[in-house]
Order: sequence, then structure tokens, then C-alpha cells
Amino acid sequence: MRFMIIVKASRDSEAGAMPEEALLAAMAKYHEDLAKAGVLLDANALHPSSKGARIRYSGGKRNVIDGPFAATTLIAGFTFIQVKSKAEAIEWAKRMPAPHGEHNDCEIEVRQLFELEDFGSSEAIERFREMGVASER
Amino acid sequence: MKVMVFVKANADTEASVLPSEQELRDMGNFNEALVNAGIMRAGDGLKPSVNGARVRFSGKKRTVIDGPFTETKELVAGYWIWEVASLAEAIKWVKRCPNPTGEESVIEIRPIFEPEDFGEAYTPELRAKTEKLRAKATKQINKRKKAPKKKR
Amino acid sequence: MAVTATDTHRAIDAVWRIEAPRLIAGLARLVRDVGVAEELAQDALVAALEQWPESGIPDNPGAWLMATAKYRAIDILRRRKLVARKHEEIERDLGDDAEAAMDELDGAVDDDIGDDLLRLIFTACHPVLATEARVALTLRLLGGLTTDEIARAYLLPEPTIAQRIVRAKRTLSDAGVPFEVPRGEELSARLAAVLAVIYLIFNEGYSATAGGDWVRPQLCDEALRLGRVLAELAPREPEVHGLVALLEIQASRTVARRGQAGEPVLLLDQDRTRWDPLLIRRGLAALERAQRLGGAQGPYALQAAIAACHARARRAEDTDWPRIVALYDVLATLADSPVVELNRAVAVSMAYGPAAALPLVDALAAEPSLRHYHLLPSVRGDLLQKLERLAEAAAEFARAAELTRNDRERTLLLERAARCVAATAPPP
Repeated sequence: MRFMIIVKASRDSEAGAMPEEALLAAMAKYHEDLAKAGVLLDANALHPSSKGARIRYSGGKRNVIDGPFAATTLIAGFTFIQVKSKAEAIEWAKRMPAPHGEHNDCEIEVRQLFELEDFGSSEAIERFREMGVASER
Repeated sequence: MKVMVFVKANADTEASVLPSEQELRDMGNFNEALVNAGIMRAGDGLKPSVNGARVRFSGKKRTVIDGPFTETKELVAGYWIWEVASLAEAIKWVKRCPNPTGEESVIEIRPIFEPEDFGEAYTPELRAKTEKLRAKATKQINKRKKAPKKKR
Repeated sequence: MAVTATDTHRAIDAVWRIEAPRLIAGLARLVRDVGVAEELAQDALVAALEQWPESGIPDNPGAWLMATAKYRAIDILRRRKLVARKHEEIERDLGDDAEAAMDELDGAVDDDIGDDLLRLIFTACHPVLATEARVALTLRLLGGLTTDEIARAYLLPEPTIAQRIVRAKRTLSDAGVPFEVPRGEELSARLAAVLAVIYLIFNEGYSATAGGDWVRPQLCDEALRLGRVLAELAPREPEVHGLVALLEIQASRTVARRGQAGEPVLLLDQDRTRWDPLLIRRGLAALERAQRLGGAQGPYALQAAIAACHARARRAEDTDWPRIVALYDVLATLADSPVVELNRAVAVSMAYGPAAALPLVDALAAEPSLRHYHLLPSVRGDLLQKLERLAEAAAEFARAAELTRNDRERTLLLERAARCVAATAPPP
């Protein structure tokens, strides 16, 4: 099963400030631990939203909006892991170093991926349903 | 440059409303185009937040909160990672994407940090310092793993 | 939000899955016996299942489990010393202070746990054990699979697997197998044995048919994980990265390999947009690691390089067949494998035409190991068909249809035979 651990942005990450060295080091070690356990698939840190863009679909039209975005919970990073169960994904998420530092409360999100079966051409909605069930394993 | 492109959730994605055959086919064609253009690095849908969880960090405490989560607009429903020449190219591709949820949708594009990006900010001194800190952090963490001595 | 007993148990299971191999490895170094180490670890798990629902999962669950197991380990070590020496001497050495004994052990265990894991892997795959025992023990001690899961994965009764594991531990113990990482000349052969076990596990999962028990295809995930773990434990061994590269790339095709009816789809017919680009990238990166370490000519690295040629081709027509032939040429010199020869012949036919490949396939006609291998007549039929020798082609497809055990494949082969026959029929 594949999971995504989503780390939300903070004022600091949006300001483009480098995280404290200790946090950088701890995060690096955490991802090394994931690799040593053979569960790390990929990890990505995102540039602040000032370097990004949004496309909004509305009434058949597509509008491009440049960053930065003021939403309260922007995303700062993603870590992808492959594990045997949701409980295992949550256990690993708990072991992540506090992404905004030990003194700042925050939340990270753990979401399961559908896995590639659900993208790409599919002929029938029934098959889509089956894929959703099959990927339970 | 690598970019993360993600589709924000809405009520339909959270409710697992199935796309129509036409929508599935259109998205399939789009994904095929991405692969054929050689820019596709990863992509997947996320199961609705009812299947997910959050972990709250507060000091030393870790609390697990089960989904679903109500702030739908801030949730992610799907993502891609593309290798493109510029943000403009990524925007061009996103504009070709069929409406991912069939309703009002928002797709966000965010460049991904790559080692080169650390550039001036990540000086050799800082790198050396980080390596040293990493070694120190490792040592400290291993030390903390030693069981506290308790008589049972 | 109520945390149910099931939630807690699931969480404890997850902790166990993460911590068990290191726990067993560390204990095995203390007590010098993997069987005893596993028992101690299991005892610690029982204690956790008893206490954690009440007290909550500790901040450092791995340390808690190790500490719990160590207390029992001390008893065992003491008992062993009792057998070897007199009471008074022991009193003097160990004292009555458990704390002092703990300090002794502390120093011993907290040395690089990575080394202990390596020791465990090599021990589980020790040559004194039969291959099937190595597989079962590896899945048990390093994969954290239950006996039931292993049994279901291999379509065997649980008692059979349970016995297999018990006997394996006893064999290791009776043979006095030391808990160590092999060195020098021994290392290469022992490492090859470990890689072979991981590849065997992967292939068992890879060959699992769709619609069966989900535990079986999960063997691929487990093998891939073990390979990745080994790559971090032995980063300077090129063949480890070679194997990981091969597994990542093969795993990237998992979805595309199955048609809508669950039937197998040949590599060249697969929808490549359904290949997993993430795994392909990981595979190519692992292959590069192997090559940078000077291991490009290792058997796994070569197979991975062949897989990489396919992975890099966006369409089947774009495949670099001459390069694949060159890689098979090297691979063929390393091992006397008729299957490799057959695959090489296929590559030759794609690169240089069917006429160049036919003699290579003919040379395999007398191969005893290929006598029941349906792909041999299937490939020969394909070459003959391309050379317009349709009657002979039809005969080969018919023979292949007889040999294959897959119904859908049999149907396809019979259809091909029929089409060849129809094409040779004189016009009315």
C-alpha cells in the first residue's frame, strides 16, 4: 500500500526561510531511517507558493492565478512510503521530526494512494470500481 | 525542473463520486500524452480523507486524528510530478488537462526543491555544518534509544 | 474520537512490523541463537500487547521492546554460564546486580544495529539450510510475516511452514552456525545466496495469478523491501543494487502485465502508459549505483540493464534491440542457462531478423531442461511464421499450446496455429 505524508506550510516556509539546521538534519535522518527500513519511495520539498500558480476551472473556463496564496494550509512537502498497512503508515508519520520545530504545534496528513490502476484508459465504470477494491491490498 | 501538480479535493472527490466513462477516457488520454511527451515522473489519485488520518505534533505529544476532514478545499485529491523546462510549460500542460473533477476544480503547481536550488543559501559551510549536525543528531537519537534503567 | 482496542492492536502490529527484525537481530547477537532471539522478541511482544493498551504505546517502542527482551536475555545468559562454570565463580563475575549486567549488555547491543541486521540476513540464508528453509526463515525473521501468511503465500498448509521454520532454527543451532557477516572469499558466494532468496521470493509473487489470495502478490512488495533494506546495509555491493534495479523495474510493470480479464500480457504488447514511472526511476537510479561501483557486468546488473532498455523505450518500436543483444551476449557467458539463450535468440531476431535467430533456437531443441518449456516452440513458431514457413509454424504453435498450463495462452497459441494453417490453404 502506498501512502503520502503531507507536511503543511508554515509562515517560515512560505517566507522562503531555510529551516533551522537542526531540523534539516533531523528530517534528513528521518528519511534515511525510512530508506533503511526499505519503505521510502520518494520525498519532495516544495518551493514557497510565491513560485507557484493555480489554475481554476469554472464554467468551462480555465483561469491562471499566480502565487503566493493566502490559504491557511498550504503544502510544503510530500513523503511517499510503501508499507503493509495504514497503521504502519501512521506509525511512521508519528516518528517524523516535528516539521515546524519542537516548539510549534502542527499537523501532518497521511493519505492513501489509489495506485496507478486508476489512471490511464479504462473502459467501464465497473472496472473503476474493481480497481478501487483491488487496491485495498 | 520538477514540479508537483496537485488537484484539490471537492465534495465529489471526497464522496468517491465516480467519473463518467468519457471523463475517465479524457483523463486517460491526457496521462498518455504526458507519458509520450516524456514529462511524467509520477502520478496517482488519493483516496478520500475518510481513509486517511492526521498526526498532531504538540511538544513531545503525538495524537492521531482519523479522517474525514471537513476543510475540503484544502485537501489534495490527486497529484502528478512532472519534469518540465519552466513553470510556463507546466501551466501549458495543466491547461490541457481535462477538468479533473467535472465541477469547479483547482489545480496547484508548485516547483520542487532540488539540490541545486539551495544555491547561495546552502553554502559549503552550511552543508558541512548540516552533515555534522546530522551525525550528532544520529548519535543523540541512538543514545536516547537506550532503555531507561528501571528495576522491574 | 474513541480509540478502539482494534486500533491499538493494529498500531502495536505496525510497531512490531517496524521493530521486529532489528530487535531479533540485536538479541541474536547477545544470545548467539536466532531461535532463542525470536522467542525473546515474541515474549516482549506479548508483554507489549498486555501493557500498551493500558499505558499507551511508549515514545520509543523499539527501546521498550529491547529492554524487556534483554531482561529475559540476561537470565538465559546466566543459565548458560551456570552450565559452564561453578556457582561461586558466577556470583563473583555477575554479582547479584541486574543493573551491572544491563550496563554490560548496553554497550554490547547499541553498537551498529545495521551490522546485526546483516548478520541476521546472512544467517537466515545460510548454506546449511535448504533453499525453502532459507525462504521461510527470511520471510519470518526479516519480513515479519506470520506463519499463516507464509503458508498462504506458498499455497502450503500452515503446519508445514511452522515445522520448516522450527527445523531450520534447530539446524542452525545444531550446526553451531556463528552469528556473523561472512568475510573475504566467503562473502561473495554467501551474498549471492541472499540475493537468490530475495529474487525467489519476488518471482513467487510475480508469478501469482490474478484473483488469487492477495498475500501472494504482496511477496513482490516484501522482496523489493528486503532488497532496498540490503542496499542500505551493504551499499558498496554492486550486485545488491543490480538486483534492486531489476526488481524495481519488473515491479513497475505489475499493472500493465494483466489484461482486463486478468490474462497475462506479453512485455511487447503492454500498455506502457501503465508502467509505473516512479519505480522505473528508482530502478534506473539503482542500476546507476551498481554501474558506478564497477558492477555493470554482474548477472543481476545485466538483467537489470536489459530491463532498463525496455523501460526507456516509450513504445515497443523504440526498443534498442542491438544493445539488448550485446547485454545478453555477456549474460550468456556468465551462466549456462538455456532460458537466457532463448531470450537472447528473441533479441537477435528483433535486432537482426528471424533468419539470424532461427539457428540459435534450433540449437536449443535438444535441451533437456527446455523439453516442457512452452516458450521454446512458441518462439520457434514465431520465427518460422515471420520466415513464411507457415506449415512448420503451425506445428510449433500447436506443440506450445499442448505444453502451456495457462488456458488463455493455450487459446491464443491455437488461434495462431489456425491462422497459419488458413494462410497455407490453397485458394478455392
